[in-house]
Parts: sequence; structure tokens; C-alpha cells
Amino acid sequence: MSVLPYLCAGWLFLIGCYGLATSRNLIHAVGCLAVCQSATYVLLLAVGYRHGGTAPVFSDIAPGSRPVVDPVVQALTLTDIVIGATVTALLLALVIQIAKRHRTVDPDELSELRG
Amino acid sequence: MSMRLRLWVLAAGMLGTATLFVLACVELPVFGGTWHPYGDRAVHAALARHTANTIASVNFDQRALDTLGEESILFGSVLGTVVLLRQTRDEQRLPPEPARVAPPVRRYALIALPVTLLIGLYVVAHGQLSPGGGFQGGVVVATSLHLLYIAIDYRALERIRPVGLYEVADAAGEAGYLLLGAAALLTGAAFLTNFLPYGTFNTLSSGGTVPLLNAAIGVEVAAGIVVLLARFLDQAVEIVSGPDDEAEDGT
Repeated sequence: MSVLPYLCAGWLFLIGCYGLATSRNLIHAVGCLAVCQSATYVLLLAVGYRHGGTAPVFSDIAPGSRPVVDPVVQALTLTDIVIGATVTALLLALVIQIAKRHRTVDPDELSELRG
Repeated sequence: MSMRLRLWVLAAGMLGTATLFVLACVELPVFGGTWHPYGDRAVHAALARHTANTIASVNFDQRALDTLGEESILFGSVLGTVVLLRQTRDEQRLPPEPARVAPPVRRYALIALPVTLLIGLYVVAHGQLSPGGGFQGGVVVATSLHLLYIAIDYRALERIRPVGLYEVADAAGEAGYLLLGAAALLTGAAFLTNFLPYGTFNTLSSGGTVPLLNAAIGVEVAAGIVVLLARFLDQAVEIVSGPDDEAEDGT
């Protein structure tokens, strides 16, 4: 089935969304967001895959001797992973501050305003 | 909104998204097929500019401006974390207690430290040749420093990690990238154009500005990760909340 890798990415995204919507813990929610994000990696790498292809690095293979997978989507995935890690760190820092100020990490209990 | 109603809304939204996504997937090019117009052109451009690692060429040459944006997101989130996790007025800083480490852990962590540091620097330096580059190598370098925390204790880590200097290095990495881009303007080319000679294919000096931009990113990522981890470790190890709210400190 040739669309299975794409569907796998969609499933990962939806399962992450489900976790985000039903989460009762902000740290769990940040984890779910990371799952959503990993869906984009799977989708990008599935789009760039080529049967029999190797890594698009020509330091040990002669150019043109073998098919290579799509380097553009790999570059997108690569930067996204590092950015994703730092954005996750920023969100976790926010969670730490929320836990300190409100004494809870349950998003449903964060309804009141506090100066 | 009650939990039940919320789940129904979620189910409707997810079902709609799933339907649209499946319809879109059916129209996508076949998985593993040979039609990759962007990939083929990127490989061609990378070889024309003597960069063996096409991914490095895409990141630091063909779409270097996008990488500048991504790097700025990284810089911005490190800055945001530093601001969010600073010590507030009602918190105090306690010096961490020295901890005893099991001898095998200490031995292997101390052996692994220089090896990891060397591998990280190698990965940054060979970004234009072999799989790797500033993003990955920077993370490896930052990890290697934290092996000292595992091997000895937090105070040993703090001695080799003046956070202020790493914050400056983080900014210097970002500035280095911008200045290299601006240097292209002096030669009459557009911002972030590859203006240096391309060099010999498959050597350390190949690729023009690619290795330099790669190094700038490597410095920024390594320093950024060190600063991030320093802030989180401070929260976990050193900073304690004031005496009035310690009673319910369970979350």
C-alpha cells in the first residue's frame, strides 16, 4: 500500500491532537505537542523517500552512481528537530512558572486571573 | 464546556481532518517513487558548488535565509527560557550539596567526556562533507559538557560553565551568521549569497561560506543548549522557593 507512510503521519498528528485536547497535565500536553510535531517529520521523510535511494551525501559515493533520497525535505526535518527541542524547552519553562504561581499544572484549573 | 461535549467536538474535528488528509494523501506522488524535482535540482546545485553533503548545501547555501529565520527562532526561545526561569525575588539560591557518584559511573563518564566533545567538534567541522553539521554537532558538544555533572557533581559542572560567557557565545553565533550574510553585500552580491571560492570538492575547505555558516550555527546551538540546561538545572538543583509557600509544594 503506497499511501501507508502518509497515513501513518496523519495518524500520529491526530493522536497528538487527541492527547492535547484531553490532557489534564501541562507537561503531558507539551509531550503531545512533540508527538504532533513528529508527525510532520514522518510526512516530510515519506515524501522524500525513494526506493533503493541512499543518503544525499557524496563524500563516499560518486555523484550520479546511485539514486539518492530527496535532500530538501531532510534539510527541513533536520532544522525542525532542533527548533522543536528549544521551543519545547520554552514551553516547559512556562509550565514551571505556571506551577509556581498557580500551584497546579491542570489546564482546567487555570481559569482565574492572578497578577 | 463539559468533558463529554468537548470530546464530541474533538471527534467531529478529527474526523473531518482525517477525511481531508486521506483524500490529500491519495493525490500525493507515490511513496518511494522517482519523481523528486526539487531533490534532483538541489543535488545538482550542491555539486556545482562543491558541497558533498547536499543537506548542508540546502541549509546553508540554497535556503540560507530560511535557516537564518530558524536560527532566530532558536535564539528567541533560548532568550525566552532565560527570562522565564530567572531567579525571582521570593526565591533563594542554595549551594548544591556535593553528591557521591558510583565509581564505574564516574570512570565511564569521564572517559566518554573527551570522546564526545571531540565527536561533536568533528561533526560540526565536517558538516559540509559527511552527515552532520552545526545543528547536530552543537547538541553533541553541549551534551559532552554535561557528562561532568553525571561523573562528578553539579559544582564541577558549574566550574567549567560560566553561563554568562555561553550567553555571549549564543549571541555571537547568531551575529556571526548575520555578519557573514552581510559580508556578501560588500562583494556586490545579495544577502547570504555564497561569495567565497568553492574550493576542492570533498575537502574541509570546500563549499565556500557553507562551513563558516555551519560553524556559526554550531557555536549558537552548543551555547544555546548549555544555557537552556543551565537554567533548568538551576531550577531543579539550586533555586528553592520562599519559606511561605513550601507547604503545598507538591506539583
